[in-house]
Amino acid sequence: MSSCLSGNEAVAYAIKQINPDVMGTFPITPSTEIPEYFADYVANGEVTTEYVTVESEHSSMSVCIAAQAAGARSVSATSACGLALMYELLYVAASCRLPITLACVNRALSGPININNDYSDSMGARDSGWIQIYAENNQEAYDNFLMAMPIGESPGVRLPVMTCMDGFITSHAIENIELLETDIVRKFVGDYNPEHYLLKKENPLAVGPYDVSAYYMEHKVQEAEAMKAAKARILEVAAEFERISGRHYGLFEKYKMDDAELALVLIGSSAGTAKAAIDKLREQGVKAGLVKIRIFRPFPGEELARALAGCKAAAVMDKSEGFSANGGPLFAETRSALYDLKERPYLINIVYGLGGRDFKTGDVEKVFDRLAEIVLTGKTGPVYTHMGQRSKEVEA
Amino acid sequence: MNRVYDLKREVEKPERLTGGHRLCAGCGAGVIVAGVLRALDKEDKAVVVNATSCLEVSTFMYPYTAYMDSYIHSAFENSAATCSGVEAAYKALKRRGKLEETVKFITFAGDGGTYDIGFQSLSGAMERGHDMVYVCYDNEAYMNTGIQRSSSTPRFTRTTTTPLGSAQKGKQQHKKDLTEILVAHNIPYAAQTAPLGNFKDLHIKSHKAIYTEGPCFLNILSPCPRGWDYPMDKLAEIIKLAVDTCVWPLYEVEEGVWRLSYTPKKKLPVADYLRTQGRFRNMFQKGNEWMIEEAQQYVDQKWERLLEHTGA
Repeated sequence: MSSCLSGNEAVAYAIKQINPDVMGTFPITPSTEIPEYFADYVANGEVTTEYVTVESEHSSMSVCIAAQAAGARSVSATSACGLALMYELLYVAASCRLPITLACVNRALSGPININNDYSDSMGARDSGWIQIYAENNQEAYDNFLMAMPIGESPGVRLPVMTCMDGFITSHAIENIELLETDIVRKFVGDYNPEHYLLKKENPLAVGPYDVSAYYMEHKVQEAEAMKAAKARILEVAAEFERISGRHYGLFEKYKMDDAELALVLIGSSAGTAKAAIDKLREQGVKAGLVKIRIFRPFPGEELARALAGCKAAAVMDKSEGFSANGGPLFAETRSALYDLKERPYLINIVYGLGGRDFKTGDVEKVFDRLAEIVLTGKTGPVYTHMGQRSKEVEA
Repeated sequence: MNRVYDLKREVEKPERLTGGHRLCAGCGAGVIVAGVLRALDKEDKAVVVNATSCLEVSTFMYPYTAYMDSYIHSAFENSAATCSGVEAAYKALKRRGKLEETVKFITFAGDGGTYDIGFQSLSGAMERGHDMVYVCYDNEAYMNTGIQRSSSTPRFTRTTTTPLGSAQKGKQQHKKDLTEILVAHNIPYAAQTAPLGNFKDLHIKSHKAIYTEGPCFLNILSPCPRGWDYPMDKLAEIIKLAVDTCVWPLYEVEEGVWRLSYTPKKKLPVADYLRTQGRFRNMFQKGNEWMIEEAQQYVDQKWERLLEHTGA
């Protein structure tokens, strides 16, 4: 069924269709609308979810952890500083192997305080043991949320899932999207029936031990193995989802990559801008292509290396600054993934769009110009740069 | 409590906190947890929640748990929110017909996890009205990390972050009155108790807290032989002195009505209590008599105020 929804409403609607057992919520821009829409569903008796309006994001994640451990399917939504406040507990959720689903509406982290989009929030949590799925648009935000539970709750995975969308750009913009019928959603997502949980009548369970050196590493290795196993499960779920929706998803999306000589690697809504620019460049005979990363954790390293193997030069676009002085987080992963190729493309890293800074088709064209120049001269120039900021000359 | 309290009958119930845990000999926490859990009706299940604490690391070191009931520990500052989450799951699963039996929810946290870092989480959970009991085992400092001052540490106490120096001696501030702050949350039941004598006061209050619907709070004095510096066989004696000097008055506030649970036959001087513990040793140095006087005045003022509240 066709509908016209903002990204936030689409995710709230997905949660309504799933009707989870518990939702822990705390408002933060730009994710606030998700619990607001959901509050209406609760107030109107359209869901039977236990809706817990806590006093902080730290507590909303704590509620989700405890409820999921108790045997209840739990969800939450947050952004930026809210995710940062949850930080400690993100690790607890993952290490307890609790498949909570969190809608992360990406917003720049303070400071300085800024409410607009970049990925500094979720990139900061990239090593917390959560699966991370990024959406380009409202449709993907809706679809990804529906796929989160079948992925995370799978016995071979049992990891929490963060579904990410771009703050304001995706969360607040209204687009035409296709919604699935609720009975189809419920059948696809299924019931949550964990093997062990606190409220299980038959036998008690203890969760969250003090884990000494004799055991801690085994638990961490199991967690790492689960993250590896998640990759196959993500593709399995995508295939099942395609059967009910007709929409195809992979670990990443390749756009005009078959014969691409120059490529971009990026995440999220910028892909739309990049595709428009690539279409124009193709008309001019430039063999431009795009890889839009959908799954950042687990990182599809081998697959990405194969996708980029045929290119002459690629630019990794990071919408978050890692302050490593050696490039952003997507660049670090991508460059590492390419290491095992016999012949590697030239690779540069451009940090862009921080705190909601515009990213236009003209910017994409500039990046491709630079890649073409690199191929022509055989000189990469500075590998790690920023774009879109005021230059000193302009200010003067 | 319909029946008269009978210690023998109570201790004959199967223990819900089993022996073999790693708490120190002479520690208040173990007897408090066992005492509170004993107040559960035999047929009822519970989910026990811990904040990170001495108690947590001593009772659930992988792969051994000392609890017969289900148990969850998540972090230091979120035990009340954690308990809220389990209770929310219980309500959701009951509503959906996935669960039939009665389950009670009891959180144990130390004073650091309650007065300080867990305060926001506690206040939120109490305000939201979850059906749960929050128990603070108050040993008046961060004992798990090695005896650092908390907002529960009494004035003049020596801790590792309030040492005896030439410019400052011991903690400079008074103890925060957390029980009164919890009373101000207008919860159905808040009480102060201690594992005193035959545990009657602790048992009755625990039972009341567990079986009163809504959020209930127990603040329980929990001596610590390491942090308070006393011989481990003195636990019961120190608790008795805390109560008889009115340093730790036993009282309860039920639906806004204050009631004194225990009035000492003879109110003993605070010095009798302070003298039993090495953490107060400095107060007995020559020239520091004023410290003992001020401690006495503070306890007297608090006691008078409590008598006004309770109308005793």
